[in-house]
Amino acid sequence: MADKIFIKGNEAVARGALAAGCKCFFGYPITPQNDIPEFMSQAIVDAGGEFVQAESEVAAANMLLGAGATGVRAMTSSSSPGVSLKQEAISYMAGSDIPAVVVNMNRGGPGLGDIGPAQGDYYQSTRGGGHGDYRLLVYAPATAQEAYDLTIKAFDMAFKYRNPVMILGDAILGQMKEPIEPWTPELPGETEGNDWRLDGAKDREKRLIKSLFLDEGALAGQNQRLQAKYEAMQGEIQYEAFETEDADLIVCAYGSIGRIAKSAVRKMRQAGHKVGLFRPITLYPFPAAPLLELAKQGKRFLTIEHNLGQMVDDVRLSMRTVADSDFFPVYPGNLPTPDEFEAPILKSLEGK
Amino acid sequence: MSRIEVLEDRCKGCLLCTTVCPVQIIVQSQRFNQNGYKVAEVPEEEKEKCTGCASCALICPDLAIRVYRTPKAKKGED
Amino acid sequence: MSELQEKLVFDRPESVIDRPTHYCPGCHHGVAHRLVGELLDEMKLREESILIGSIGCSVFLYNYLDIDAVEAPHGRAPAVGTGVKRARPDKFVLTYQGDGDLASIGMAEIMHAANRGERICVVFVNNTVYGMTGGQMAPTTLVGQRTTTCPGGRCRDKEGLPIKMTEIISQLGGVAFAGRASLDSVKNIRTAKKYLRKAFECQVQDRGFGFVELLSACPTNWKMPPVKANERIREEMIPYFPLGVYKDVTEEGGAC
Repeated sequence: MADKIFIKGNEAVARGALAAGCKCFFGYPITPQNDIPEFMSQAIVDAGGEFVQAESEVAAANMLLGAGATGVRAMTSSSSPGVSLKQEAISYMAGSDIPAVVVNMNRGGPGLGDIGPAQGDYYQSTRGGGHGDYRLLVYAPATAQEAYDLTIKAFDMAFKYRNPVMILGDAILGQMKEPIEPWTPELPGETEGNDWRLDGAKDREKRLIKSLFLDEGALAGQNQRLQAKYEAMQGEIQYEAFETEDADLIVCAYGSIGRIAKSAVRKMRQAGHKVGLFRPITLYPFPAAPLLELAKQGKRFLTIEHNLGQMVDDVRLSMRTVADSDFFPVYPGNLPTPDEFEAPILKSLEGK
Repeated sequence: MSRIEVLEDRCKGCLLCTTVCPVQIIVQSQRFNQNGYKVAEVPEEEKEKCTGCASCALICPDLAIRVYRTPKAKKGED
Repeated sequence: MSELQEKLVFDRPESVIDRPTHYCPGCHHGVAHRLVGELLDEMKLREESILIGSIGCSVFLYNYLDIDAVEAPHGRAPAVGTGVKRARPDKFVLTYQGDGDLASIGMAEIMHAANRGERICVVFVNNTVYGMTGGQMAPTTLVGQRTTTCPGGRCRDKEGLPIKMTEIISQLGGVAFAGRASLDSVKNIRTAKKYLRKAFECQVQDRGFGFVELLSACPTNWKMPPVKANERIREEMIPYFPLGVYKDVTEEGGAC
């Protein structure tokens, strides 16, 4: 087992990508994700890869599209306003079955917002984000270790489904330093994607990667294939259930807020309150089935998010006709603390 | 002698070839192809004049002209 | 004289697929495609090439060239090409873009790919209009030229002067070759091929970014017959967009 290292979540993402065999990184400066391109500018080159500081997030995401089309493991990272700009290429990548990893260290919005943590990009991340009917597989790590682990997994999933995968963190995850244990996965090797990637039409028919489907029925067919892919992704659901078994109230929260909520839950357990935490790790596909199971047991729910209510929609959809969820918002722009979650948790616990 | 072959199914009747022929033997025919384009042709009586210079093929946007030369016919080549 | 001695001296290059194009009569895309195809054959690049298609009438180029291809969003081909080349530096990477795609929505991408000296080649087809969408004003539309979005003719005061891309690109450090040719005449078509070859060689020889602008006709959206359209290139376009080599590091004896 490797020694522990003490690093920021941003660096954990970058190191995870390198461990996963990421060969191209396309960056653009924006706070609070700058550590990723800064780290990569040297580290990926040392590892024999390519770093480009693009002229914009638009260009960075399109470079990612190009690298992904050749079957090479590639990544870009940004933060909210920058991720909005990447949506064009993300839609094209989803529409043309191109694998890629996109990191969003969510900051406060809308507009320029601030550079602090927030979860206002939940809708954008889980509903596709750009034009058309598509989804990304979205991982929401809560710790630096998870950021490392899930980034490695993100590359495997991107290639398994030939789809963009998103790592959705926030300024807390990105900027907080903590110890992680790096590890090295087994890599797929040079042959990854060799049945579809573009590498020159030598001794084979030429290949075409595109999202334009004009022939009658062709686009419907592509959408059908994409839907089948998203259906298959349901098997990738991941979540953390903490003290949920005997809980009367379950707090639903993801990412950094999930971690803070866990502290609140732990503290309230010590005070004798029967509360638990349900933390989705994949935001898409959303872990609806396990949530519904908990709902069927007659439990109450409180969703806490660092936004004005986005994931709560998915929580409610998961348990529709069986149960409902209260909602407590942390306003983007404010920093959350475990203590401020106690009052709303108590209130929901009492069913008020 | 040299000659050209107009691939009539490819010709779109743009007539650019007619403007570059140094011996001015390419003209619009009275025939329509399946796309409704009136195709270019070299009338039978003009065929001998073809120098095989390939200017028509070079300017044709549709690869609708093939050019044939005999080994002896180097004169018209440029 | 025996028919057996006859030699086929001009035919479709192997890299160009044997099928009719969707282009209008007299459109020069077909000429540009053929020149690219001939060079891919002659330089033996077909099996090594990755094409970045763009948005516009040439979006279907992937149906006509027998090489691997990926479709880029509008204007982004040089960024996509950057990604492809960085990921597969041993491949020959080519973008093919129109003037709306390259000189308007894709201005940032073309400028920076050129400036970084990406080892890619850009074929820039300038026909002074957005063709596929129906002939709207492009950044290259000539002053006074009528289009569907400048029905009174492009106005210098309101819409600016047409952008001269090759002049701009040639000023950037990473560029190894930048030239402007025209597809209106046999002589100019030959020169166009020469320029394209130079640009291709600059990539193969790892010298830098290659850029070739091709002045082209769009008879349909210019609302004139093909023969007249070719005359317009000579009479109106070439005087404003002068032909020639604007940068060639191979002549300066070195890589950029």
